[in-house]
This record gives sequence, structure tokens and C-alpha cells, in this order.
Amino acid sequence: MVQPLNYLKESPSQTAGPYVHIGCTPNFTGIHGVYETDLGSGPLCNDKTRGERITIRGRVIDGSGTPLRDALVEIWQADADGYYNSPSETRGKADPNFFGWGRCPADMATGEFVFETIKPGRVPFNDGRLMAPHVTLWIVARGINIGLHTRMYFSDEEAANAEDPVLNRIEHRVRVPTLIGKREGNTVTFDIYLQGENETVFFDI
Amino acid sequence: MKNALPETGGFFARDRAMHPPALTPGYKTSVLRSPQRALISLEGTKSEVTGPVFGHNMINEFDNDLIVNYAKPGEMAIGQRILVHGRVLDERGVGVAGALVEFWQANAGGRYRHKKETYLAALDPNFGGFGRCVTDENGYYWFRTIKPGPYPWPNGVNDWRPAHIHFSIFGHGFAQRLITQMYFEGDPLIWICPIVKTIPDEEAIKRLVAPLDMNNTIPMDMRAYKFDIVLRGRRSTFFENRKEGN
Repeated sequence: MVQPLNYLKESPSQTAGPYVHIGCTPNFTGIHGVYETDLGSGPLCNDKTRGERITIRGRVIDGSGTPLRDALVEIWQADADGYYNSPSETRGKADPNFFGWGRCPADMATGEFVFETIKPGRVPFNDGRLMAPHVTLWIVARGINIGLHTRMYFSDEEAANAEDPVLNRIEHRVRVPTLIGKREGNTVTFDIYLQGENETVFFDI
Repeated sequence: MKNALPETGGFFARDRAMHPPALTPGYKTSVLRSPQRALISLEGTKSEVTGPVFGHNMINEFDNDLIVNYAKPGEMAIGQRILVHGRVLDERGVGVAGALVEFWQANAGGRYRHKKETYLAALDPNFGGFGRCVTDENGYYWFRTIKPGPYPWPNGVNDWRPAHIHFSIFGHGFAQRLITQMYFEGDPLIWICPIVKTIPDEEAIKRLVAPLDMNNTIPMDMRAYKFDIVLRGRRSTFFENRKEGN
């Protein structure tokens, strides 16, 4: 006999369902007076935040090509210098004017999500090599049984993207562009495809 | 293994055999919304093992009291008064302090307060159906609400959801992010629900069923249901994140 390991098991995921807005963005669905604002809504940066202002726009698109109008998207990113505003960030102190997390429900008519934020700096991979600037995303919706993790990189970072340890791990190179947000001016467009020829790369992290 | 020191270790690999797969045809909406290619495995980097902190100061006094948080002054939501309480733990059994727990549910008649909700059951003018709290230093949380009703939904011709409360949980790392649902002990609808049945493992389903907790039931006031939530565990940090060349 050996000692038992005695680890607990993670609670299984269940879909966020069609009414995730009630719990996570009640003002968005017209329920006012309980929370002053919806958590994670509005710009991620303020006047004092360091870094280049960008707008991320995108949609989550199903296997028929239809944008989801009930998806909820969360982003988490480093500050302009590549530090996370988190107790688990031990390399240095992040910009106190940048929380780094945002939440946006897809527009109920168009399915679009929008984040006003800054372009993140580079963060080292576990072996010390620098990753290219990226934003991590988490997507839930009715019909999605377990939240989907992905990343958005930037089209204006070709050299950094070429040496990124995560992008380089993707065996099928034709799939790499599904992780690159297209930058035009200060707007970065990132559509997420759940299925089909252009299915976005999702991670088991 | 206290949470006093910041933890930086990677998370335990997710056991996907007990989570629902993406494609579950019995739950029809998943058919066009399920990725079909294999997930790319990625051990947690800084981008996944870090996460935001939500302080207790963002929580208002009545955020964890759904009986009154939407009610007119002096009035209360209609339904069976219940207390839902438990701990947010990680797989090591450590209480997750400072976890943000958000919850939402239908009213006692099974009706949600949402623009797109069409069920004919009545709305309760005093019930919003949502709340939130941040766990204490031991990972403990609690809220007061009314027991939600089951309701029909368009999937099969005659599918009904068991009574349930939705939970969204933020642990210490973005990799721990989880949305799930709590069911109530003794509800026969649990075992015939297409959404419950997306979970392939019966033992895992049981971990989402909250037992009646008579010890914490308040006499002449409200029954208690105990619901512990387990997030992914993380490794100790001593040999993690080696400097280059080590």
C-alpha cells in the first residue's frame, strides 16, 4: 500500500447559458440599481496609464458563419512594460493605473465586443525567452460547455511573433494567423472562429 | 501551504475527462459552437498563472442578499428562503482567499429577468436574480436567496432544467477561471437534463449537487444548502520558473 494522494478534483464546468449577463453584466441587460457599473466594463486604461492606446474589436463566430450575440469575452493582459497587475507577478511592480482585466458582452444586435486598452509589453516565457506582445482571452456563451482560452497577438509585431515560443509550438503553420489581430491605425480586429476552415487556435492551459 | 505569500507555481493539468467535451449533440446549441480541432497544450506562462484581484471594498452591503438586493424598501422576493454557503478550495484542499464569486438564477417560478427570456411564468418585481461576494481568508462565501424554480427550455420538445444557480468564479490565476452550476439535492430533473448530461462522469455531476445542510439551517427562517467549489490546484514554486541556463 502507498499513502493516498488525497487531492480534490476540480468542479466540472457547465455552460454560462443564455442569461450570463444577469450575473456578470446586469446593467447591460437593463437591470439597474444593484451594481453601479458592470464589472470590467469601460476602458481598461485611464489618463495616467502608460502605453499606446488601442481599441480591440472582434466577434465570436459559429460554424455557420453567424456571430454569437450572447457571448461574453474577458481579456487579461500585461501593462506597457510587460508586467501583470497581480500578486503572482514577482518580477516587478505593474503600472498602478492599469488593472489589466476587462469583460465585454457581445452586442445583442451585431455580436461585436470592444475593449479600449493599451498595447501590452513583452512577457518572458518560462525559460526566459520573450513572448511577443499578446492579450489572453476567455470566451463563454450558451452552447460553449467549458470556457475557451485563446490569445491575440499583433500584426505589427512580425519580428516578435516570428520568435514567439507559443506561436512556434503550433505545428500547423496555416493556423498561426488565427491568433493575429489585424492592426489598422489604433484599431486591432480579432474575430474568433469556433469552427470551420479558420477555426481559431484554442489552448489547454 | 498558506496563501500569505504570493504563489507563482503552474497549475495542475486540467482533467478534461470529467469536464464536458465541446461537442455534445444532446445539447443542440453546442453543435455549431464547439471547436473541432484539438486544443494546443500550453503549460502556464505568466499570462495564465497571474490574475486580477477583486477587493472586498467593491462589494456592496446587500450584494449577497438576493432576497432584498432588488426589492422595494420594506419588501422581499417571493419564494423559499435559503442560505447557500460553502468554500472555494483548490485541488490541494487549500481555501482560496479573495476569490470573486458571482451568481445568477431564475426566480421561484423559473423565470429569469432578461431581455431575451420568453417563459410565461411571472416575473417577481422584487427579485433581480443575481449577486456576488468575495471569499474570506479561508475561502468561505455565503449568500441568501430564494430557491429557483425549474423551467422548460427549447432544446428537445419537452426539456426542463432542474432548479439551479449559475456560478462564475475567479481564483488567483486566469487559468482557474470557471463557470459552473449548482443543483439541489433530491431534484429528479438533474438526471434527465441535457446540459447536466454534457458532463460524462456521474461522480463529477454529484460534485455539483448541493446537499441540504440542516446544521446551518436557521430555525423558523431559512434552510441551508452547502456548496463547495474546487478550482485547479497549483504547484509549489521552488523549482519553477528557472532562470535561463539553470
